[in-house]
Amino acid sequence: MTFSPDDWAAIRLTLELAATTTAVLLLLGTPVAWWLARTPSRLKAVVGAVVSLPLVLPPTVLGFYLLVLLGPNGVGGQLTQALGLGLLPFSFPGLVVASVLYSTPFVVQPLQQAFEAIGTRPLEAAATLRASPRDTFFTVVLPLARPGFVTATILGFAHTVGEFGVVLMIGGNIPEKTRVVSVQIYDHVEALEYAQAHWLAGGMVVFSFLVLLALYASKARRSYVG
Amino acid sequence: MRARFPFRTALAAACLLAGSAAALADEVSVAVAANFTAPMQKIAAQFEKDTGHKAVLSFGATGKFYAQIKNGAPFEVFLAADDETPARLEKEGGIVAGSRFTYAIGKLVLWSAKPAIVDGQGEVLKKGGFDHLSIANPKLAPYGAAAVETMKALGAYDALAPKLVQAENIGQAYQFAASGNALLGFVALAQVVDETGKLKGGSMWVVPPKLYSPIRQDAVILAKGQGKAAAAALVKYLQGDKARAVIRGYGYDL
Repeated sequence: MTFSPDDWAAIRLTLELAATTTAVLLLLGTPVAWWLARTPSRLKAVVGAVVSLPLVLPPTVLGFYLLVLLGPNGVGGQLTQALGLGLLPFSFPGLVVASVLYSTPFVVQPLQQAFEAIGTRPLEAAATLRASPRDTFFTVVLPLARPGFVTATILGFAHTVGEFGVVLMIGGNIPEKTRVVSVQIYDHVEALEYAQAHWLAGGMVVFSFLVLLALYASKARRSYVG
Repeated sequence: MRARFPFRTALAAACLLAGSAAALADEVSVAVAANFTAPMQKIAAQFEKDTGHKAVLSFGATGKFYAQIKNGAPFEVFLAADDETPARLEKEGGIVAGSRFTYAIGKLVLWSAKPAIVDGQGEVLKKGGFDHLSIANPKLAPYGAAAVETMKALGAYDALAPKLVQAENIGQAYQFAASGNALLGFVALAQVVDETGKLKGGSMWVVPPKLYSPIRQDAVILAKGQGKAAAAALVKYLQGDKARAVIRGYGYDL
């Protein structure tokens, strides 16, 4: 016995969700992390706390509020309907929105730390050479923060793959649309299909271990070289 | 030394007293199917008042309880959402022999949080005009399986299948419909009526029982409850008139 067609569909969907979520998070998270790393604003503490909220909130809380907020009676739901997008719960775009929120700290925090580690000197040096701030960001900051981007990408992707509670709350368990691997495992366990559950769950353990191994191996190599 | 004796005697007496009190008023830990949450809380309160025993309740999904029980969970009585799981435990020798009985028969309803959406005949299922219909996962939950049976009996399943959203249990199916994300949902009657059987809000159609096989909910005394007075007392209490009145009040058959 190996993976069933349903299992494969869940695996494919999970990887799609994680890839989309990571891409969105890198796009949106980079400016936020940059702002957090550089700003003298008092709002920094507030924004930092909001960004970290998903670390401590139970995913079911996040999922429950998303279900209510994005539903037809919620502010978010009324907004998406007014924009002609329809309602987000029970759809792939809805899962992306939820996953982006859920994985935000795992992308923003490594980026912020990487930006902070650069310090101001390389930026000042670039400025004295008349590089524009934009130029500086792309030619100085991004290359220097590369390890932070690697960490953020891996953690954001892996954390989304491991997501369960949020998807369970707003997904609706629709095959090929919202039934991700973690939900599929849950279904197998609940249905007492332990052999199938073991295959998927074991695969998840191996995958997670390999991802983290890659992360720590690359860090170890860097610190050895650097 | 002489001064200590009265103290030790008192201590021993206290221990004896506490011990005998514990034997009289015992605790029983109970795993309860999620759909039976509200009636069981009420029954447990009455049970404690009437017998002095205390029922410690855990609520959850029947399949999960099965896995936990098989792996040593300390439950003594199990109120399942179906009759298959208790039968399976019985076959595997995990229960006190002969303790299995049906404590409630669930009733399925089609429900909407909005008034005047669901008509008295369930015609809305054929008319359409909704994006999502929530059901409990038919693979896991008896209410979900009954919902699928109903749609098939009405000849509407194929048309409705793309609109189905599956919840992990009947509690979540209710939540999907209650939040309005699904306009309609197949839920348990007990979830949408109060303890006198009156609809709490929205609109509903009580699905005629001939459209689906009966949702028998069985209870058992688990192996861990063997010889425990409180476990036996609770099971007896559940079959008594007072508990049955509560169960019926919440819209279950018996």
